[in-house]
Amino acid sequence: MAAAIEIIEVVKRFGATTALESLTLSIADNEFFTLLGPSGCGKTTVLRMIAGFEPVSAGEIRLFGQNIAALPPDRRPVNTVFQHYALFPHMSVIDNVAFGLKMKGVDLAARRARAGKMLEMVHLSAFAERLPAQLSGGQQQRVALARALAPEPRVLLLDEPLSALDLKLRQAMRIELKQLQQDTGITFIFVTHDQEEALTMSDRIAVMSAGRLQQVGTARDIYETPLNRFVADFIGETNLLPVDVEAISQDASRVRLPGGGALTVPGTATPGRHTLSIRPERLVPDPAGPLKARLERVVYLGTDLHLMTRLQDGSGLVVRMQNSARSALPAAGEVLSIAIEEGAARLLAD
Amino acid sequence: MAGAPGAGGGPKDAGWGPLALPLMLPTWAVIGIFLALPVLLMAVYSFLTREFRGGVEWQFSLAAYDQFFVTRGLFGDEPPSLEWTYILIFWRSLWQAALATGLCLLIGFPTAWFIATRSPRSRTVWLFLVTIPYWVNLLIRTVSLKFLIRDNGPLNEFLMGIGLTSGPLPLVNTNLAVQLGLFYSYLPFMVLPIYAAVERYNFALSEAAADLYAGRWRILWEITLPVVRPGIVAGCLLVFIPSLGAFLAPDLLGGAKNFMIGSLIDEQFKGSQGNWPFGAAVSVILMTLVMLALLIYARAQGRGRA
Ligand SMILES: Nc1ncnc2c1ncn2[C@@H]1O[C@H](COP(=O)(O)OP(=O)(O)OP(=O)(O)O)[C@@H](O)[C@H]1O
Ligand SMILES: [Mg+2]
Repeated sequence: MAAAIEIIEVVKRFGATTALESLTLSIADNEFFTLLGPSGCGKTTVLRMIAGFEPVSAGEIRLFGQNIAALPPDRRPVNTVFQHYALFPHMSVIDNVAFGLKMKGVDLAARRARAGKMLEMVHLSAFAERLPAQLSGGQQQRVALARALAPEPRVLLLDEPLSALDLKLRQAMRIELKQLQQDTGITFIFVTHDQEEALTMSDRIAVMSAGRLQQVGTARDIYETPLNRFVADFIGETNLLPVDVEAISQDASRVRLPGGGALTVPGTATPGRHTLSIRPERLVPDPAGPLKARLERVVYLGTDLHLMTRLQDGSGLVVRMQNSARSALPAAGEVLSIAIEEGAARLLAD
Repeated sequence: MAGAPGAGGGPKDAGWGPLALPLMLPTWAVIGIFLALPVLLMAVYSFLTREFRGGVEWQFSLAAYDQFFVTRGLFGDEPPSLEWTYILIFWRSLWQAALATGLCLLIGFPTAWFIATRSPRSRTVWLFLVTIPYWVNLLIRTVSLKFLIRDNGPLNEFLMGIGLTSGPLPLVNTNLAVQLGLFYSYLPFMVLPIYAAVERYNFALSEAAADLYAGRWRILWEITLPVVRPGIVAGCLLVFIPSLGAFLAPDLLGGAKNFMIGSLIDEQFKGSQGNWPFGAAVSVILMTLVMLALLIYARAQGRGRA
């Protein structure tokens, strides 16, 4: 598949501060690609460089193979859904949606028809003649989406478009957005700091932190095989255990667990102190398990239970259990033996 | 208007309710004394009879309006026809004021834009610089301007010095000089409201428009100007209205040929040559025109919004 966007060793500096350090990414055509990271990690900066609002300090951005450094924003076949929508306050909803088509020289009847269709798609036909100030936050968000989609861009940039919405609406919009992307075949570059949003919608996710790319992969890749401590911790919940690597074979390492048990895990590392990441749902109470931990508290989550336990060396360990009437609940203070599911432990690079 | 319950009120006293009327009194008094009363007085005076040493006799008369609109020839013995003298003065005033407004907008908008897009700290400095000349009395400034542009003033000396002109440019006592005076007097009234509007303008809107294929000029025309329009309208009104009634600039820089409404009114209240009812009538006609223009504008606004 052809790459829609290639970001090649792009650096962005604002005066003395470096917002992005040598970012390299390739985003395929028709892909739903997500940039995920905490606030201030440089997500918006990446979008602004693709849209053309910020020049790159070094490196190159290619759009369908063409270097776009010299193209101003109005000449790039890319549209943006802005973090704060930026709807034109003096224009009706339908004029907002039709604006891009008007600038492209589409005649009045045609652009009104198309804008009307876009409004139908986002379920706002009844609001066509209102001003943006007369809409709720969720409705404004959908106008912004319709406005960016109306000129049929080849790439759509979305900067945390769902962050202002309440949970219910956000969940509904996730499904709608994903459906929309599949229906239109437009490449989506979606920015969020919400890992659940990223996991549920994306074909691939790039995890960023402090201006640096941490890992790129499918939701499954980054959840199941996080490369480093940041990714393991940021995506979902995880237990990070200090371990000693004792022996290494071609593609596996033997590690010493806190409390004395030993375990063979995939991946190799230099002998010495390392961190092991294990997801809470991949731990099970089992008399034959290698980990011994004292149960401190049981947290009730509805479908699941969290067993908050502590290992002999003092580090905490969370075990997630299905809430089932069949299994008897262990009591606080009890010492449990805990087993790690086959292949669930992941040795981190740092 | 009801207000919050008084924090320290006694058991019976729950809020501003009974106090609201007495509290509003000063406001109404100020509006009454300084706004309504003078306008009313002016309207009444315009229908009174002229007293020849200045002042009025309390006797109803339409003489003032008659003098404005009707002529009966030089000796008053011809059939009545429309008097053009004062209408022409109004006409000249109107286009002078309109021109001054246009000129102020042309220079004031980029100035306001420039200031509003500086860093917050230098904005304060620029605004201060813009207002500095206005710490000096308008009369002094207008006289200085006359001094600057007179035949043997610095401007003409300079132009002749560099050989651009052979003789002095006759600038004083021209419409151009009046224009210059009006522009100079009222420019800050254009700059300040536009500055306030541009400072509040969300530049993400310009980015959104650029993202949707609008070039620089189209962004200005389709997005920026409409959004900051209230500031532009306020600036235009603040320049146009006082320009229309200005009398210092036309008087000092325009001379007798370039008479404007302001000077006409001014003359009616000076010494024993004055004619108070006529001066009041001219003011009433001027005010009616301005109100009418504002009303038409407000109507047009309302229709555009719907
Ligand atoms: N115009 C600018 N001038 C100086 N520094 C900037 C500018 N824009 C962004 N930065 C800095 O670059 C870094 C990345 O900012 P960016 O807006 O890309 O973050 P983000 O990941 O989008 O955060 P958020 O989730 O809060 O929107 C931040 O440290 C920010 O302070
Ligand atoms: Mg951001």
